[in-house]
Amino acid sequence: MDDILSRLAKGLASGLIEIVDLTHTLDADFPVMILPPEFGQCARFRIEEVSCYDERGPAWKWNNFSCGEHTGTHFDAPSHWVSGKDLPYGSVDTVPLGNLVAPACVIDCSAEAEQNEDYLMDVDKIREFESAHGEIQRGSWVLMRTDWSQKKGSEYINLREDGAHSPGPNADAVRFLVDERDIIGLGTETVGTDAGQAFHANPPYPAHFYLHGAGKCGLQCLSGLDRLPAKGSIIFAAPLKIRNGTGSPLRVLALMNGSGNIPCGS
Amino acid sequence: MSSPLPLPPKRNPQRKAKPSLAPPAARTRLGIRLSALASTGQLKLQFCKSCLEFAYPPREACPRCLIDDLEWSPISGLGEVIATTAIRATPNLYFRDRVPWRIGTVLLDEGPIVIAHLHGCCATGDRVRARLQLDKSGQAVFFALPEIENEFMNDDAQLREMTNDPKHRRVLITDARTPMGAALAAALADAGCRSIFAGVAELWRRDALLDDLSSFPKVELVRLDLTDTDSVRECAGEFGGKVDILINTAEYLRPGGFIDRRGLAAAKDEFETNVFGFMRLAQFFGPPMRARGSDGIDSASAWVNSLSVRSLSSWPEFGCNSACHAALLSMSQCLRGEFAGSGVRVVNVFSGPLETEWHDTLPPPKVAPSRLARELIAGLQRGLEDIVVGDVAKDIMSRWRDNPKVLERELAAGGGIDG
Repeated sequence: MDDILSRLAKGLASGLIEIVDLTHTLDADFPVMILPPEFGQCARFRIEEVSCYDERGPAWKWNNFSCGEHTGTHFDAPSHWVSGKDLPYGSVDTVPLGNLVAPACVIDCSAEAEQNEDYLMDVDKIREFESAHGEIQRGSWVLMRTDWSQKKGSEYINLREDGAHSPGPNADAVRFLVDERDIIGLGTETVGTDAGQAFHANPPYPAHFYLHGAGKCGLQCLSGLDRLPAKGSIIFAAPLKIRNGTGSPLRVLALMNGSGNIPCGS
Repeated sequence: MSSPLPLPPKRNPQRKAKPSLAPPAARTRLGIRLSALASTGQLKLQFCKSCLEFAYPPREACPRCLIDDLEWSPISGLGEVIATTAIRATPNLYFRDRVPWRIGTVLLDEGPIVIAHLHGCCATGDRVRARLQLDKSGQAVFFALPEIENEFMNDDAQLREMTNDPKHRRVLITDARTPMGAALAAALADAGCRSIFAGVAELWRRDALLDDLSSFPKVELVRLDLTDTDSVRECAGEFGGKVDILINTAEYLRPGGFIDRRGLAAAKDEFETNVFGFMRLAQFFGPPMRARGSDGIDSASAWVNSLSVRSLSSWPEFGCNSACHAALLSMSQCLRGEFAGSGVRVVNVFSGPLETEWHDTLPPPKVAPSRLARELIAGLQRGLEDIVVGDVAKDIMSRWRDNPKVLERELAAGGGIDG
């Protein structure tokens, strides 16, 4: 009888377990959160060549890169928000390991988001998910699928004079997930866990406020959620171990049951 | 009357580009004073207070009485052409490519006779206006123009060798999503530019300025983010060989000095755009421009920096911005050395506070972006190297020339800015 990890390895090798990449490529021109100019800004991803098999280093190529903690596909730790500033284990270097590898529930809001760029996922939508797929288990990631990751550039950030317009959860939905379901965190395809117009909600940015206030985490700028099943996938989302870091760009991978036809990782 | 310069034909792909050549640059230390005057459009000669006569060319002592305290005094430049000739054969590589080249002797009303390059409209016996003009080597020469201006005077081939007229040239505005970028795009189209490449970062951020720009005549939006090395490399790869005039309008401005600022994130953003952005432009646009400095009437011509007059002396209320611009001024001087002999002129435009959102706490006078654009273009047409725009900049510049230490103390005390 194989042990559980051996069975996992066989599943990966045979393609019965499939790996899905939920990450955007770190690209200098990928949109970031825009704040009013008088505030500090999120650094864009940048890359500077150190050497390229040339007089600066004849046999090797390497780059320096720089970015903000919240650039590209990234992880939000509880200490990112003022509501989570005093929590223990609130920064990326201390977040419990169990939060970094966990099952995911994917709530499909793509039809609603297509109809309404300001769509807010509510408690009814979550209950509708649960009646179809069973209750969201404690210790799960909840991923809000909107297919927003398929938009590019200005359509993705969707900035207008009255701010950004993109879907997100409403305050009650976040409180429900936190208080009633004790999730690990919320993941979205948009530039934040909150909706584009969430500054005007009460409290402002309710997803950030309630998630991080309760020690929960966030994943943003995810892609490929359309490939995941509603339930049954496992998310690997380990941020860089930055001392006192509030977040980090990261590679988010999901394991899900595959057909066995496609070799793992292709 | 001058005739208008026709639009140059498109480049023949079978023709080799001409190498960058320049006329002789050697000058004495006193001769360089003429170049310094020419760089700002001034005309002065040495005057002997004892003989009451002007001396030319520049000398250590009066050739008549040998008194050695000749004083540089302004002259009108008006005079008469007494003889002309045209160079048709010369071993000098720069002039060989440009013969026939007309020169003449001009008797200035103030007394001296000078050898001057001649505008096509100036013949023997004509009244002319001689002025000091920087040639492609960056050194001063006398140039005689018709006393009365005419419509297409700036189109003269010999004069155009010494100016940076945007007419029929292709201009890159490095950050067009600024009030100054938009004002320049409009003014350059009026000045007869062939095309205007409007650099825009982050096209995913739409705003009113960007929408306006797209509708301007002759404007082509190009992706250019001065904070992103790859973006500058790609833009230069595509357009570097077509940029005749580069105007660096990038400005990331935040108020404040150093003690009262929290952290370095804002300062890094400021230096990234203002200082490192300049270096990226130099690395990727410098080589193709330097290679095209003598390539015909639509050759690469000028690299223009928009500088705050704070580059001269720190204004603590905008201390970090002053530091960026002091660095820019220093880098522009280095760039002049690096472009030397290529025929590409580095032009610095100094202005006081612009009428923009980050100066909304400052009282007038402030420089309207449209005025800055107008005077910048006039300076290019005139062939200047340093252009000073607006009352505040002129005031600071003259106080800096008079006594930099006094200016520093006045600015530090916060009471140095008029208005």
